[in-house]
Amino acid sequence: MRVGLFVTCLVDLLRPRIGFAALRLLEAAGCEVVVPESQTCCGQPAWNSGDRRAARLLAEKAIAEFEGCDYLVAPSGSCAGMIRAHYPELFADDPAWHERAAALGSRTYELSDFLVAVAKLDKVPGDFTGTVTYHDSCSGLRELGVKAQPRALLAKLPGVTLTEMDGAEECCGFGGAFAVKFGDISARLAEKKCENVRASGADAVVLGDLGCMLSIEGKLRRLGDEKTRVLHIAEILAGEP
Amino acid sequence: MHFKARASAAAADKALQAKLATAKGLFVEGRRRAVAEIDLEATREASKAIRNRCIANLDLWLERFEEEATRRGGQVLWARDGAEICRLVVDIARRHGVRKAIKSKSMLSEEAGLNAALEAAGVQPVETDLGEYILQINGNESPSHIIAPAIHKTKEEVAELFERVHGKPRKTDIGEMTREAREMLRAHFLSADMGISGGNFLVAETGSVALVTNEGNGRMVTTLPKVHVVITGVEKVIPTLEDLATLMRILPRSATGQTISNYFSVLTGVKRPEDTDGPEHLYFILVDNGRVDLVGSGFQDMLRCIRCAACMNHCPVYQTIGGHAYGWVYPGPMGAVLTPLFVGLENAIDLPHAATLCNQCGVVCPVKIPLPDLMRKLREQQVERGLRPWGERAALTFWAWLARHPALYGLAAKLGVRYLSWLAGGEDRIRILGIAPAWTDGRDFPAPEGRTFRELYSEKHR
Ligand code: SF4
Repeated sequence: MRVGLFVTCLVDLLRPRIGFAALRLLEAAGCEVVVPESQTCCGQPAWNSGDRRAARLLAEKAIAEFEGCDYLVAPSGSCAGMIRAHYPELFADDPAWHERAAALGSRTYELSDFLVAVAKLDKVPGDFTGTVTYHDSCSGLRELGVKAQPRALLAKLPGVTLTEMDGAEECCGFGGAFAVKFGDISARLAEKKCENVRASGADAVVLGDLGCMLSIEGKLRRLGDEKTRVLHIAEILAGEP
Repeated sequence: MHFKARASAAAADKALQAKLATAKGLFVEGRRRAVAEIDLEATREASKAIRNRCIANLDLWLERFEEEATRRGGQVLWARDGAEICRLVVDIARRHGVRKAIKSKSMLSEEAGLNAALEAAGVQPVETDLGEYILQINGNESPSHIIAPAIHKTKEEVAELFERVHGKPRKTDIGEMTREAREMLRAHFLSADMGISGGNFLVAETGSVALVTNEGNGRMVTTLPKVHVVITGVEKVIPTLEDLATLMRILPRSATGQTISNYFSVLTGVKRPEDTDGPEHLYFILVDNGRVDLVGSGFQDMLRCIRCAACMNHCPVYQTIGGHAYGWVYPGPMGAVLTPLFVGLENAIDLPHAATLCNQCGVVCPVKIPLPDLMRKLREQQVERGLRPWGERAALTFWAWLARHPALYGLAAKLGVRYLSWLAGGEDRIRILGIAPAWTDGRDFPAPEGRTFRELYSEKHR
């Protein structure tokens, strides 16, 4: 099984270790992982800003880079959602590209979804001990149906106890450009999320999208919480390299 | 004041958020329980199909409605915009020598600013929906929610208002306060010459209007005065009573979490000789005000809206800033789509962007309106019409160009990350981010690891 790892632009810039953790997990699941070095961004910032032309050019680039793989996997519900749900929409008026977009879209997965549904990963290498709570990111949950998958994977870590927080499915306030266009609303949403995280009493909040991670970790620290860890699902599952 | 300023002020208003949170708890929890009683997905699909069917042949169903309503003694009038609504209502009032009009909730009358027009014509409008009444006696404040217009007020604020306006001893119990309002309204109910209501649905096959209310005031407004005027949008027409039954399975459940609202009226025709009550004169003012243009446009889906408010009840942004921040009649996700369509894209530039696109709204909408997709389409139109700020466009265009040139992109990423690391100064966070101050005003920005994935990966695989 040849899997193309779509690292995502945020992971590339800010948290390479999430990319490497995803790589290790995919390899542990027996996949042959390819990482096209020319990859950059899925184009979602352009799409959400209303720049369909730019989004389309970036989509064409990503499709060309990944369509040779059996699957495309991203450690992000947001980017995987963009490719699976929105790439075909971008090419609604171009049958040839639409077909390529739809074909890639149907083989595109968010990491935890892929590990459970396709790769059927049995054992996970991570060794985290403590209680964790899971934040469902909006795109992963509502675009791709990612809900049970990360929890099923966390259950494979013997030292981890999952405790659900209130409002786990509520937005953390990130929303891409929204976070800077409406910084105060965004920060207020993050604050509500952090209140729920802290009320859960968990040692760590685990999530599947770097955008949410930036928003939640940034707010926790600003609120003076130095203790609650914020971990990407790939990191906690893969453990230290 | 623009959206941003209003929203910023509201985002800092924790008292407002506490009030919204209480109501949200009731609505969200209530809806969750109520929709569990039905096959939700099948009912949403069926409701969507009904609404699509009407909108696809809107003219035919409206003609049918007009025919049936006219046959039963009603008169159907058409209004292109708010000004025409006002002119028609004032004309009707004059014709029947109306001095006082009692009103049950009508969003169209808000779109038209009808109360002011009535007052100018010497007709006293009296809001009888409790929430609308509270707002009216508080200096004609505007509603902040489409079904709970005074959601932004606490019990204490209302008690204080009642004491001041009614001149009676202050009450603290909600039941007593409601009774007091009812007593104040009773005289109006009995002395009004005209009733004005909205309409949740118009039923084409019978020429009826269906009203969903919880306080019973709707019944009085539509049956006591000799003249009843229904004001509603043209898109509210549905083909049959059977369709009404389907939609009624989902509307109260989505709105207030009720299996059925306390009152549900289907009003048909004028009072007949054998009837004990009902209006002698019945007028339907069916309003376009931007709706007809949406038929066949990329925004046609929005016409399915049945004004249940589930989208705002579930919207994290609405819950943070409240309804007034949205600046016009309709708040929350449905308002973020409708307002730009009705008042002009250039007059509501921020609204389609004031959402994280989390799609809480889309998944609860009883008629499956893809609200985030519509907001995104509005963003596209802003770009096409050159309405976005120059700086934003330039930055996006440059970034998109860079992202198509991997070598340059890699270099820029590498330098960018070095810069961010330098800003963090050895800490695990950046406290002030000059390029995005709005981010670090409210929270830290986690520091990058220091090198990009691309760098590390190519090193390993050299
Ligand atoms: S958009 Fe949907 S959820 Fe919102 S008010 Fe209309 S019908 Fe209800």
